[in-house]
Amino acid sequence: MSAGSIPSGDQIKDPGYPTASENYLTNSKGALSWLFTLDHKRIGVMYLIGVMTAFFAAGLLALLIRLHLFRPDGAVFTGPEANNWYNQVFTLHGAIMVFLFIIPSIPAALGNFLVPVMLGAKDVAFPRLNLSSFYLWVFGAIFFVGALMASGLDTGWTFYTPYSTTTDTSVILATSGAFILGFSSIFTGLNFIVTINTMRPPGMTWFRMPLFLWATYATSIIQVLATPVLGITLLLLIAERVMHIGIFDPEFNGDPVTFQHFFWFYSHPAVYIMILPAFGVISDLISVHSHKRIFGYRFIAYSSIAIALLGFLVWGHHMFTAGMGPMTTIIFSALTFTVSVPSAIKVFNWLATMYKGSISLTTPMCFAIAFIFLFTIGGLTGLHLGTLATDMHLHDTYFVVAHFHYVMVGGTLVSFLGALFHWWPKMFGKMYSETGGRLAAVIIFLGFNLTFLPQFVLGSRGMPRRYATYDPEFQTLHQISTIGTLLLGVGLLVALFVLLRSLVKGERAPANPWGGATLEWQCTSPPPFYNFERPPAVGDPYDFSDIFWDTENERYVTVEPDRKIAPAEQPEPAHAEGTH
Amino acid sequence: MSTIEAAAENAHDAHGHDHDHPSFLAHHFDTPEQQFDSGKLGIWLFLVTEILFFSGMFCAYAIFRMLRPDVFEGCSQFLNTKLGAINTGVLLFSSLTMAWAVRCSQVKQDRGLVAMLAATLSCAMIFLGVKAIEYSHKWEMGLLPAGLYFYDPANPHPESHTNYLFYICLPFMILLGGVVAWLVVSLATRNKFHVQCAMPLTVAAACFFVGIGLGMVLESGGSEHAADEYQAHATTELEQTAAIQLVSSGESEVLESLATESNTGIQSELSARQRQLENAGTAIVQEGDEIAGAIVSVEENVMTQRKAGVFFSIYYCMTGVHAIHILVGIGFLVWLLVRAVRQDFNPQYFGPVDYVGLYWHLVDLIWIYLFPLLYLIR
Repeated sequence: MSAGSIPSGDQIKDPGYPTASENYLTNSKGALSWLFTLDHKRIGVMYLIGVMTAFFAAGLLALLIRLHLFRPDGAVFTGPEANNWYNQVFTLHGAIMVFLFIIPSIPAALGNFLVPVMLGAKDVAFPRLNLSSFYLWVFGAIFFVGALMASGLDTGWTFYTPYSTTTDTSVILATSGAFILGFSSIFTGLNFIVTINTMRPPGMTWFRMPLFLWATYATSIIQVLATPVLGITLLLLIAERVMHIGIFDPEFNGDPVTFQHFFWFYSHPAVYIMILPAFGVISDLISVHSHKRIFGYRFIAYSSIAIALLGFLVWGHHMFTAGMGPMTTIIFSALTFTVSVPSAIKVFNWLATMYKGSISLTTPMCFAIAFIFLFTIGGLTGLHLGTLATDMHLHDTYFVVAHFHYVMVGGTLVSFLGALFHWWPKMFGKMYSETGGRLAAVIIFLGFNLTFLPQFVLGSRGMPRRYATYDPEFQTLHQISTIGTLLLGVGLLVALFVLLRSLVKGERAPANPWGGATLEWQCTSPPPFYNFERPPAVGDPYDFSDIFWDTENERYVTVEPDRKIAPAEQPEPAHAEGTH
Repeated sequence: MSTIEAAAENAHDAHGHDHDHPSFLAHHFDTPEQQFDSGKLGIWLFLVTEILFFSGMFCAYAIFRMLRPDVFEGCSQFLNTKLGAINTGVLLFSSLTMAWAVRCSQVKQDRGLVAMLAATLSCAMIFLGVKAIEYSHKWEMGLLPAGLYFYDPANPHPESHTNYLFYICLPFMILLGGVVAWLVVSLATRNKFHVQCAMPLTVAAACFFVGIGLGMVLESGGSEHAADEYQAHATTELEQTAAIQLVSSGESEVLESLATESNTGIQSELSARQRQLENAGTAIVQEGDEIAGAIVSVEENVMTQRKAGVFFSIYYCMTGVHAIHILVGIGFLVWLLVRAVRQDFNPQYFGPVDYVGLYWHLVDLIWIYLFPLLYLIR
């Protein structure tokens, strides 16, 4: 990459701006043209609206939890039912965040928009299946809200038996919702795997794919392989409640630990469904905004696959205290440590990419740097929990809560926001206020740490999770945490305001505002409904050498040496090598 | 592969929807090969998810079999091997006809394709019919999942039971009535397309009752000693003799009429009586002395709600989810049949038949595992 003037005498390649009839947002009008669209970009935007709504609802629930914990005896919910209310609120916070926001956030919302465009394809392989995934998601969400309206849900998002088979709350509605959401997730994953395998244009070899696609591919593998097990587990749980099949329910000679095994066989890989796409996002963000080739491309690509596969072998570390044999726990503990290797490879590669890069501290880059910081804390505290001896003390304390919030919020949410700010100009064709975006990133970073760092201390001092009240000695730390939550909320609102304001007042976005070399920057902002007029020329996704800053028009452009094409003899297009 | 071929054709304007794009080729694909490859990979991935879906139940089976082998051995005596075997045969045959259907679609034999799809559908219906017999008899005896279990060895056939078989058959009767009406109307209006669709569907719907009849015959025809004992008891079950005669004559129509009338569950009743006698301490002299002894000793410990219930839970979960898959498969087969009558498929476009075929083989394969695991291992 190079800043500065464009070499003279060269050809400038820039797609310009789309016309209203090309722009995917405006090429057809009316609500029905959105509700029945088969365009992956519109489906992605609908997902985006959906997951943001879910995030908003679950975020408010989180705020309620934290406000309640402001005082040792509970500040929000009062009366004899106070603790039940608290149980329902934290269950719904967890369940909505996991099933409705984090799992579909990057893969379904951004993945749908980006995968075909980054790949250079016209659409995903099965557009109708794609739309039905979205509607399955909507129906699943309705079931969840139905559970909330009916009689609440107080099992925790894990639905552990035997409590979930005996509680009076609407477990069946909620698990049906999760079951449907599971199928939505499976079909999205299946669609992406097939798309990446069969829809690549000529020249797009596996190792010319942007790392976001590698991460999406790894995520999709997990979605396809793990989610069906959750499906059958929830189905058996429903059967257990309806007719007491005696598989999980000890009252009928069943085994509750079997439920935990089944559940975590899905839900641990699901943790990687949540974080792997974030890795992909960060790989692209760091490289583009450092204007430097990604360091160790193949290592990052392979480590995504490695995490996907290793993720299937470590579910037992959620159950160290559930009564497994000592040998089993030791094996699961050792396997857990192996996951840290590919994760660390990624972090080191990102740092090496930034090293001697020409870093632009844009909003997406601020989020990406925040991600590295927060994810490192989240990952390293995971080692405390993967170690048997310390886990015995830390299990089910606030340490665990802080750990997975560092990974899920500090990791996935922050990278989701980074990705949103990075691709926002591409999605909606508008530039947002950089100052406002950076301000949001800083407030979110500070608010997040203020919320969850004290929880590590709380947990190591013995504060158990999921309690509605606590000893007065923990009050100061809890109060710091609650104040942090408010700050975090303000930061998120600022981010929302900045993005929404850009839709109204933002400047028109150029095709390539950041200087990215992946294919989505080669089509207009927003992309035309057909993505590419003809299969795009595929180059190295991290080669920034021919991308220059055009000071006059405030955009990045790709520059090609003025080539003369011999008449009547067109060169053959580069063929994909080993496309399958 | 497909992308390379696509490359050659991509010289022209790629998103031109009108020219050079056959009607069956979706706009975002470049070649029929690419479309077929995508679909094939998609269906294989879907089958992987199906296997993992069932794997949860296979795991549950393995865990509980390991924990309580005696329960599984004792309870699987209650499953009728003959009915299981005939269903295995029916499904295997349907896999053959399905594979044949795929071949027909590849070589554009439209009549053969319709015939083979109809044969596959009929087999699916027979399977469900036999399954209905199995289920209804177990429900009547109270051999149910743990929470609903009420089997009492001393009184295996409680008097006031619901006629479960009738309720299972009801939707299929309505279905049969519906397709027959459709057939009659389309014959009357001489709509060729509708006749061609309704005819095979009528046959398939009727096959459910063939399955019911077959199940009854096999269940009552029983093993030799059971039949002997039956004659010794000389109860006045005329349907039984009628059924035995039917086996030799093999007339499906009569079976059908029998199916709606009789709901005897003779064999399970006989075996239940036998156990009653054993419980009362009366030794029954027969060939399988040792086995009978084993049953007696097992039974005392095993046939309780807490123990046997778990076996039947797993039995119903596995076969029930499998039956749901058969129902879904029937839906797909009907869809294919209508399209086959419409002559949608050709050597360039036979993907849907191929994909449904793969799905059907998987459903078949899962049964191949369920049958020995639940019925045979004792």
